[in-house]
Order: sequence, then structure tokens, then C-alpha cells
Amino acid sequence: MPNDNRNYFISGLRGGLPIGIGYFAVSFTLGIVMQNAGLTAFEGALMSLLNNTSAGEAAGTVIIGNNGSYIELAMSQLIINLRYLLMSAALILHIDKNLSLKHRLLMSLDITDEVFALSITQPHPLSPFFSYGVMCSTIPFWAAGTALGIMFGNILPAAVVKALSVALYAMFVAVVIPPCKKDKKLILVVASSMVLSFAFAKLPYLSKLSEGNRIIILTIILGAIFALAFPHAEEEEK
Amino acid sequence: MNIIIAIIIMAVVTYIIRVLPLAVFRKPIKNKFIRSFLYYVPYVTLSVMTFPAILNATGNIYLGGVGFIVAICFSLYKGSLPLVALVSCLAAYILEFFI
Repeated sequence: MPNDNRNYFISGLRGGLPIGIGYFAVSFTLGIVMQNAGLTAFEGALMSLLNNTSAGEAAGTVIIGNNGSYIELAMSQLIINLRYLLMSAALILHIDKNLSLKHRLLMSLDITDEVFALSITQPHPLSPFFSYGVMCSTIPFWAAGTALGIMFGNILPAAVVKALSVALYAMFVAVVIPPCKKDKKLILVVASSMVLSFAFAKLPYLSKLSEGNRIIILTIILGAIFALAFPHAEEEEK
Repeated sequence: MNIIIAIIIMAVVTYIIRVLPLAVFRKPIKNKFIRSFLYYVPYVTLSVMTFPAILNATGNIYLGGVGFIVAICFSLYKGSLPLVALVSCLAAYILEFFI
């Protein structure tokens, strides 16, 4: 690999490392949820290697645990991960416009919230080798954390596993709550989503919906309502 | 449901979403409704996934409830994900000795 590409790769490895360490903590808690749903360490690691998405994998785990349908599973991934469409589209402005298809196909594998945020802060144009470096220092942590979460879930005392079972959800709370301080609309978004989710889980008829379908339906309906009521005028990511 | 098939379906759907704009469309998304929709999606999805699931996560509604409330309070005070998770788990763990 030419020297320049090697430098980009190393710089990606370095930039990705803090993300990888954070991923390890999140995927460990994801592993605990997977263990509760009956997945093996191999299955968890495979899911994490191939998917690289916490919310998508958590929903997938719930649907697998409830023995849902493949359609429900595919729909849940489509809806929950749809935001990557926006990130992938925004990356177009950051790469060399003549970048080969091969590199575009490979770079797309690891578009996540954190990796995207790092990528768009890089000097223009974003080198694919930077992305490969980031992948090498994030994906292994993500997969290893998942596998370890499942293994530890199997051997730790039941009282500890019980307490650890709230960890992934606590992290989701820590994702949605802090931005509410800056963007007050989000308080309404988060609160109404939780209230309706609770209602859907408890009310007659509605509670017959599986958890996966509830996520899909509420995300489409509430996402559309809020997009119409409060169009979000953010600037093109710089 | 075969778990390996399920994992492959998830991976294929997720990859298609990631690859389409960058490798196929090659155009930024301009539509304001779609951009706004995609901005709100993670907040709605994660909120719906968290509640009420967190209440049932431990098998005891009080442990989950305390974990949930502690997570909200602590994430308002300090944003770091692992720290919020740790404090929330600790609260649930301590409560286990009292119920």
C-alpha cells in the first residue's frame, strides 16, 4: 500500500480506538440482552461482526427471542437503521467524487453514528483507507464485547446478571436524554414515544402486536408526525 | 426461526441501507420531510425500545423502574453512556438486597 494510504490507515486506527473502547462497553451490555434471549456467544459475535448497529441488533435480538417472523425482522432493521441512509448520503460530499465502486462498497460496511461523526471531521476528501483503519479498531471491539457479554451472562451470579440487564436500556436513555436539553422538541418526541409504547404494550388489542411490530409502527407514525409538525432545519453536515 | 438466517437477513437489509446512497444514488438527500423524518427516527425508536422494556428486563418491575429513573436523572447530569449504565445497574443491584 502506498505511503499515503498507509498513513491514512494508521490515522484511522488511532481515531477509531476511543470509539472501539466505547463500543466494547455498549456491546457487552448488548451481549447480556442476547444471553437473556438465548443466543450463543458465536451467534452474538457473528451478528455484531455483520451488523455494527446497537439499536438494530437489540431489536433483532428481541424478535429472535420472541420467535417472530423474518418479515418482521427485516422491516425492523429497515426502519431502525434507515438513518444510515442520511449518513451515507452526507458522506458523498466528503469523498473524492471519482472514488471507485470497490472503495464505496467497502466504506459503506461500517457507517455508524460514531464512525460517521469522526469521518466528517477529516480533511477533504475522506480517504477510504482512513475508514478501513477505523473499521479495524472498532469492529473487533464491537464483536468481542458482544461475545464476552454473552459468556459472562452465562457465568456471573444471577443477581449480577439481573442488574446488568438494565444496562443497555440505560445507555439508550443516555443517548436520547442529553440532546433534549439543546432541542426542546425532543422532550415531546421522547416522552410521547415512551407513553405510546407503554400504551401499545398494555391496552387490549394493541398489546397483541409483537414488540418488533410495535417499534416499526410507532417509529413510522411518530417520525412522520414530528417531521410534518416540526421540520428539522439542520445545516448540511460540515 | 433459524438464528443464522435471521442474522444474515439483518446484515443484508442494514448493508443495503448503508450502501445505496454512497455507491448507487451518489446524490445527497435534499427532501426536507425525509431529512426531518430521519432526524427523529433514532429518538422515537430508542424511546419505544427502552420503555416499557426496561421495566421487564430484570424480571422485577421495581428493579427496572429504579434503573430507568436513575438513568434519566444521571444522563441529565452527565452524558457518558458507560457511566450512566454503570450507575443504573448499581442502583438496581443494590435494590435487589432490599426486595
